[in-house]
Amino acid sequence: MDILIEFFSLQDPNIRFVLAGTILLGISAGALGCFAILRRRALVGDAVAHSILPGVCLAFIVAGGKDPFMLILGAFVFGLLSMVAMDFISRNSRISPDASIGMVLSVFFGFGVVLLTFIQSTGYIDQSGLDDFLFGQAAALVGEDVLVFGGLSLLILLITILVFKELKMVSFDPSYALSIGYPVKMIEFLLALLMVLTITAGIQAVGVVLMASMLIIPAAAARYWTDSLHIMLIIAAGVGALSGVTGSFISYTAPAMPTGPWMVVSTALIFFLSFLLAPGRGEIARFIQKKKLSQRVACENILKTLYAMEEEDGRFDRVRPWKELRQRRHLTKHRMKRVVSYLLKRQLIEYFPGPPEGYVLTETGRREAKRLVRVHRLWEKYLNQQLQIAEDHVHDDAESMEHLINSEIEAELRKSLGSPELDPHKSKIPYEQESKPKTGGGGS
Amino acid sequence: MITSTGWILITGILVASSCALVGTFLVMRKMSLMGDAISHAVLPGIVIAFLLTASRNTFPMLVGAGFFGLLTVWLTEELSKKGRIFHDASMGIVFTTLFAIGVILISLFTGNIDLDQECVLYGEIAYVPWDLWIWRGVNMGPRPVWILGMVLLVNITFITLMYKELKTYSFSPQMAATLGLPVGLIHYGLMGMVSFTTIASFESVGAILVVALLIVPPATAYLLTDRLHRLLLLAVLLGVLSAVGGYYLALWINSSIAGAIAVVNGLQFTLVFVLSPRYGLLGRWLAGRNISRTDSGMINQPASK
Repeated sequence: MDILIEFFSLQDPNIRFVLAGTILLGISAGALGCFAILRRRALVGDAVAHSILPGVCLAFIVAGGKDPFMLILGAFVFGLLSMVAMDFISRNSRISPDASIGMVLSVFFGFGVVLLTFIQSTGYIDQSGLDDFLFGQAAALVGEDVLVFGGLSLLILLITILVFKELKMVSFDPSYALSIGYPVKMIEFLLALLMVLTITAGIQAVGVVLMASMLIIPAAAARYWTDSLHIMLIIAAGVGALSGVTGSFISYTAPAMPTGPWMVVSTALIFFLSFLLAPGRGEIARFIQKKKLSQRVACENILKTLYAMEEEDGRFDRVRPWKELRQRRHLTKHRMKRVVSYLLKRQLIEYFPGPPEGYVLTETGRREAKRLVRVHRLWEKYLNQQLQIAEDHVHDDAESMEHLINSEIEAELRKSLGSPELDPHKSKIPYEQESKPKTGGGGS
Repeated sequence: MITSTGWILITGILVASSCALVGTFLVMRKMSLMGDAISHAVLPGIVIAFLLTASRNTFPMLVGAGFFGLLTVWLTEELSKKGRIFHDASMGIVFTTLFAIGVILISLFTGNIDLDQECVLYGEIAYVPWDLWIWRGVNMGPRPVWILGMVLLVNITFITLMYKELKTYSFSPQMAATLGLPVGLIHYGLMGMVSFTTIASFESVGAILVVALLIVPPATAYLLTDRLHRLLLLAVLLGVLSAVGGYYLALWINSSIAGAIAVVNGLQFTLVFVLSPRYGLLGRWLAGRNISRTDSGMINQPASK
């Protein structure tokens, strides 16, 4: 507990530097990553991050030490170079984009390793800090670094906000953007520049190997929570920032722990939780939706079956035994129990203890069953008449469509078919007496 | 007696050949980055095997790494399907997370592990001659050479036995499926080979060089020929050349051998990319001049004769 207070009171200037650095990195990488994910360029970021290594080494050789401005310049030049190379190779040969990404990544990185070992063998005094670029060492961030790298992150964010509309358009539909006169090539280049800058700003904290994950994972997590790009950007930036805090905190409490990998693991955790828990798109929400739908379908099928039995013998007052209903719909005992209790609760069917024991449709239940049979037969008619599908092929499709057609579509169907009397199998289509289309119950 | 230079060259040649063989199918299947993902994601497997056996014994490491290699392939596909995200993004999520976990494990047990993340990234082929296999008191030569030789043998056997199936599958998995070939089996067989090769290789040459040797020689060869068997042979040849060339380059400038091999790979590709008679820049430019210039569509099409 003490350590928590000590950390968040920000007394130690070192903590302030590290936190500021990692949070800014998290925010800019998270936001820019959204565009990378949407444009299916997730792994381009990985290649650019690896390709920065030779630039960093060359800057080191030229400057004779760790000068943040030179390092950024070197990293930026090589990052951009790698992007151009990837694009050029896949555009001008039959090599697929994934192979060109892999080639650029490994060859540039290999070149970086050659330079790195070259520097080590020549015995520069200050070369130890260079290794930090491989895995990042946020704990080693000092005031000057934070100023430079943090300033860069802020600049990236500012540009992203200013040209948000253009970036959005190009990410979603470049050909439409081109057709309405956007300078698509320029915007794409700007996006590439921003990406390279983000990665350059990030390597100090997380290192070249794990940089890609700071671009990909927050954006992928954010995608589960929203369908709107600007909200996705904000969430991804938040996830990035949060992981910066977690990573810094863990490496503060256990100094042997590397900040970068912990940032990655915490974003991965957030991603996993989003994947499970997000409302609507999350795995659990989807599971519940599926269950609900199948419950509704089973209920509606029982109503229909009761109605079909009434149609067969023309008796509305006869009770129908449980066993026969279950056999007709092929339901398990357990399933049948749940369906029947639901229908009883909604007062769509009534139970008679008998003898003979069984169930009968209530007035509302009959209306709902009629509606289902009606949309089923209307749909069959529609398929047969308008789409020229043979009448013996329309039943299965109608069997699933009847659960999805709402009153609006039903009205449309009736309008275009002119409320026909019979369906393609010569069965009567049951309309309401007052012929008012009504959705009724069924929980749709 | 083979000198240490000889052993290093033999190791390089074995790695290059194995990687080129399986890499060809990866490049054809447009799954090049699977090698990258696997080579990073096996790190936790290696660390766990190391912790459990408390030794740098190769066999448990191979098992641990193999498990994580196939886990990566499986997780990537499941996440992409279940989570409804693009394949590349799901691969990026899986392998970076696993790699981060590996780095954390190393820092956690840093006291009792003589293993560091740098050696995983760029290996040290120069130490191969001293990693000897002593069997019943007899010096059998460097252990990596035996393991890599085994891997190469398995790869050659697999490709020879399954040549037709692999060929069909790598050009069109849909067609392979319609022909009734066991596509799932071929896919996981190939992925298993990639994992196996990656793991056995990167102990000596590191993760990044494995990626270079998996992708660059086959991609280079792909600009020179259209026949699968020639593609395989050319890729092996280019890989072996780069291994030998890289070794002497590294000797000359006193640098990492793995890095130098990757650089030679890059140079080979650049040369072929410019000069290849049919698919290179020059060849396409010449072909473009011969064919009617009004046909602007030709600029982006491979020039076929």
